[in-house]
Amino acid sequence: MSVTFETADECVSRIPDGATILVGGFGLCGQPYELIKALQRAGTRDLTIISNNIGEPGRGLGILVRSGQIAKAVSSFFSTNKEVLAAHDRGEMELELIPQGTLAEAIRAGGAGIPAFYTPTAAGTRLADGHEVTMFDGKECVLQRSITADFALIYARNADQYGNLSYFKTERNFNPLMATAGGTVIAEVEHVVDSFSSPELVATPSLFIDVMVRKTLENGLDPVQGEAQ
Amino acid sequence: MTAADDVLVEDVRLRIAERTARELRDGELVNLGVGIPTLIPRVMRDDQAVTFHSENGVIGFEALDEDAEPDPSLINASKQPIQEQEHTSYFDSASSFGMIRGRHIDVAVLGAFQVDEAGMVASWHIPGRPMMGVGGAMDLLVGARRVIIAMTHLGPDGSPKLVARCTLPLTANRPFDVLVTEKATFERRDGRIVLKDLAQGVSLDELRASTPMAFDV
Repeated sequence: MSVTFETADECVSRIPDGATILVGGFGLCGQPYELIKALQRAGTRDLTIISNNIGEPGRGLGILVRSGQIAKAVSSFFSTNKEVLAAHDRGEMELELIPQGTLAEAIRAGGAGIPAFYTPTAAGTRLADGHEVTMFDGKECVLQRSITADFALIYARNADQYGNLSYFKTERNFNPLMATAGGTVIAEVEHVVDSFSSPELVATPSLFIDVMVRKTLENGLDPVQGEAQ
Repeated sequence: MTAADDVLVEDVRLRIAERTARELRDGELVNLGVGIPTLIPRVMRDDQAVTFHSENGVIGFEALDEDAEPDPSLINASKQPIQEQEHTSYFDSASSFGMIRGRHIDVAVLGAFQVDEAGMVASWHIPGRPMMGVGGAMDLLVGARRVIIAMTHLGPDGSPKLVARCTLPLTANRPFDVLVTEKATFERRDGRIVLKDLAQGVSLDELRASTPMAFDV
């Protein structure tokens, strides 16, 4: 039953060029930094990254923007990282904007076996362009395809040796949703206990988790800072 | 901008937040959007019994005490540190937006680029540039029971933001209910925009001169 622990480098060595990857976090809060840094070291290219934000300049997912490893980014808010706009303007990165609630629900649905759903969000706006629109209860609704990915990289504050996870404060955000929607799910965890003091505390059951990484603080530096460049 | 300009801008933003806080009613669950709305917990009166929701998965928070250590694991929609209250709860992003679209949130306070006479809101995209950010604005406009727009009266270049008809792409089909700027507060009644009150030191003539959006007095 127990899940395997690997180093971040071993984990991301599974990820081929061109892979589609869900990455947890809201801004830098709840992002799996060690896995992102390992992806940078691996130099994996032409990635499609689905995450609420694409980090900040040189921080979080921003290090993969600087290293030119992202071919396409799917997000609700790119504006926290001006380097995303610059990469797009140079023709290096394709961007797809999705309203945050639609993005979250598409991932939830994807992990729950629902291929598409209707939502009133974005009806009558430019983000409904190219989507089928139907009236329900007198309200215009937009058809949205669900989202799944080859991999999910998530972060959880606490784990047991079996891969059961719990989250801390607003670090939870997209992480439990993405745990359900990745083909291979890699969890970066801060603390590992033998077992939770109560099974009621488990937020993500271990069945979703394929492999885990213990977060390490390199040189005592705050991992939020990413790679100084 | 000089440091003095920064102080002036911050003062204007806080005055808008203060006036907006007075629109919130006891017992309401209030979502705070990015920008000026996230200043509101700093200017709430002690006797106001309002609960705040943030899209990133928290209900029940307040402004960080001045002497408190910021906790990077507890942030608001503007990614600034906040602190827990006794009744705080946490949840994932799909649950958070389920609350929003499911009409469980009483009020959303949002910023905007433009608003117009029909109550329409443009807050996410400048044409001719790549589509860079929408966040939760479209979900909040569609789902919140009451929408309050809190924004500066003019753009950074001095251009009007209260216009006859939005020229920027709309955020939703749904109109706002209340609009607060540093010059005045408006509300929509029977499909028309009505001036509720003027800020201290602002005359009606001055307001009209900076407000292409028609309104009743």
